Amino acid sequence: MSALEAVAARAARAEGPGVRRRRRLVALLASRPGFALSLGILAMGLIAVATPGWLAPRDPLALDSDAILAPPSARHWLGTDEVGRDLFARVVYGARPSMLASLAAVACAAVLGGTLGLVAATGPRWQGVVIMRASDMLLAFPLFILAMGIVAALGRGLGNAIIAAVIVWWPQYARLIRASALSVREQPYVEGAQALGASWAAVVRRHVLPNCLSPVLTKASIDVGYMLLVLSGLSFIGLGAQPPSPEWGAMVTSGRTFLLSHWWYPTFPGLAIFLVSVAWNVTGEALRDVYDPRGVVTGVERRDRKAAQGGRQ
Amino acid sequence: MLTHVLRSLVGLALVLLGMSLVVFVMARALPGDPARAALGDDAPAESVAAYRAELGLDGPVIVQYARYLRDLARWDLGLSIISRRPVVADLAEALPATIELAAVSIVMGIVGGVGLGLLSLMMPGRVAVALARALPILSLSVPTFWLGLLLQLVFYGRLGLLPFGGQWDSALPAVPRVSGFLLVDTALTGEPALMGRALAHLAMPAFVLAQVSLGAFARITRSALLEVLGENFVRTARAKGLSTRRVILRHVLPVAAAPIVTVIGLRLGSVMGGAVLTETIFAWPGIGRYAVFSIENLDFPAIMGFVLFVSFVYAFVNFLVDLCYVWLDPRVRL
Repeated sequence: MSALEAVAARAARAEGPGVRRRRRLVALLASRPGFALSLGILAMGLIAVATPGWLAPRDPLALDSDAILAPPSARHWLGTDEVGRDLFARVVYGARPSMLASLAAVACAAVLGGTLGLVAATGPRWQGVVIMRASDMLLAFPLFILAMGIVAALGRGLGNAIIAAVIVWWPQYARLIRASALSVREQPYVEGAQALGASWAAVVRRHVLPNCLSPVLTKASIDVGYMLLVLSGLSFIGLGAQPPSPEWGAMVTSGRTFLLSHWWYPTFPGLAIFLVSVAWNVTGEALRDVYDPRGVVTGVERRDRKAAQGGRQ
Repeated sequence: MLTHVLRSLVGLALVLLGMSLVVFVMARALPGDPARAALGDDAPAESVAAYRAELGLDGPVIVQYARYLRDLARWDLGLSIISRRPVVADLAEALPATIELAAVSIVMGIVGGVGLGLLSLMMPGRVAVALARALPILSLSVPTFWLGLLLQLVFYGRLGLLPFGGQWDSALPAVPRVSGFLLVDTALTGEPALMGRALAHLAMPAFVLAQVSLGAFARITRSALLEVLGENFVRTARAKGLSTRRVILRHVLPVAAAPIVTVIGLRLGSVMGGAVLTETIFAWPGIGRYAVFSIENLDFPAIMGFVLFVSFVYAFVNFLVDLCYVWLDPRVRL
């Protein structure tokens, strides 16, 4: 370490964790073009969720009888489907049933699982036992298969698919939060707050919860991408959103018949799923590097490589 | 070790019991009356009641569950509404195709993934790190059903190299069913061309199923080896003058193998679940396609039977993996 770096390091220590974290985020954005690109994709996706009309000038339901199954062109950027609807508009309007649905499902799973995990860690013992046994039982299942069974039982449709996803997903968050809450609970400041007479609810809300959140955020960001795959997969086998909906998985299903003759129809909605899912994953990994610097891949990799090379001599 | 095996067995039994309970609750949560749905609206009330009794839907819930468990112990998952045969028989008929697909895809994943992981250790650091970071993300983010369609488009539609789907060409004479595994059956005919055809049909679906594991296998191979290579006992082994071969075979591999085998094993359990989407795209006549067919036809006994069966397999494989882990890793002593 050069003298200059030592000074910088000391300055960084003096600035405290908030500033350092922000610095790290900026440095990450600069050093990882993939992360910046992912944020761009997600921003576009969120605009499509909020105001799809801005991005897609055409109506996703308007039928263009002159252009049935037309290939991509200046008029229809991604081509049209079998009744002449503009595929670009449909993909953009599909952000709501696809992206928003996966976000909502992960948010519900995180809130439900988080609450139950907090109760399991800080509440009466028997509640913890009941909650953790229930979550163990659900975690033992293969996730997609269980979700499939639940939607089949509840009836098809995007709403039921989301409910099923939340049911199979909350245990992961319950585990995560419970593990961090158990260690936070033992911290001196929690004891201090209790000694000062704060109520149980206040201690949990003010001291335990905020200190358990960062791993949850990281996991949630990665999970949204995965959730998108699960929900669109359910749609693909006919359990989730139903065909006239521009949900991306359902669009791939309706486009499947036209794969060999009109490749663009199933290809572009699937590409949207792929890009958004990658973007969530990359963002999640970057968030983890910011919030949990111990796990920064580059640093660990560098050290390991050095060790490995040392071993190889 | 023995006590560990016994304790794991008890754990497995509890997991299976829990699973049966969850699936039982799920099946009971079905909206409407399955008996009425199966017989139609015009059926007289007495025959609906009789059919309810046949389905085991009469009596208090506890009794129903007990009856359900008793049937399970006899390998009875109920009758399929569509095929009118026991669900177990339907599953058994479709199972070899799925096992074949899963086995080939796992082999593909292991060869490709572990190979890539090893290869990454020999690459220049920057490239290897970039790959190690990007590959798992890409392979975890591709929607399998979309990847399958793209492959069909390219390898069947544009290049005409591989068949579009299905396990066998309808134009070719059927292969006599001996074992149910098409690769084995074609091999038994003694004609390599037939076996080649069976492999050509397997190629795309097996790859689609394998690519999910590829990134994970590559990453764990790389990190497990890196971790072990940096350990003190490896340095000691080298310092006492052992040959590289001996160090790798006797000291590195046994320790590094445990996490790799675990990840492979975990995939092994979930590969059957992944087969649902893959089999649907490639019209592969396995249990995944059977499940989707049952969903389309609202064949609830078949769906629930499938869910329970695949979950049991999953739990059982995980149990075996856990035992393997203990047996493999010399650092885990019980």
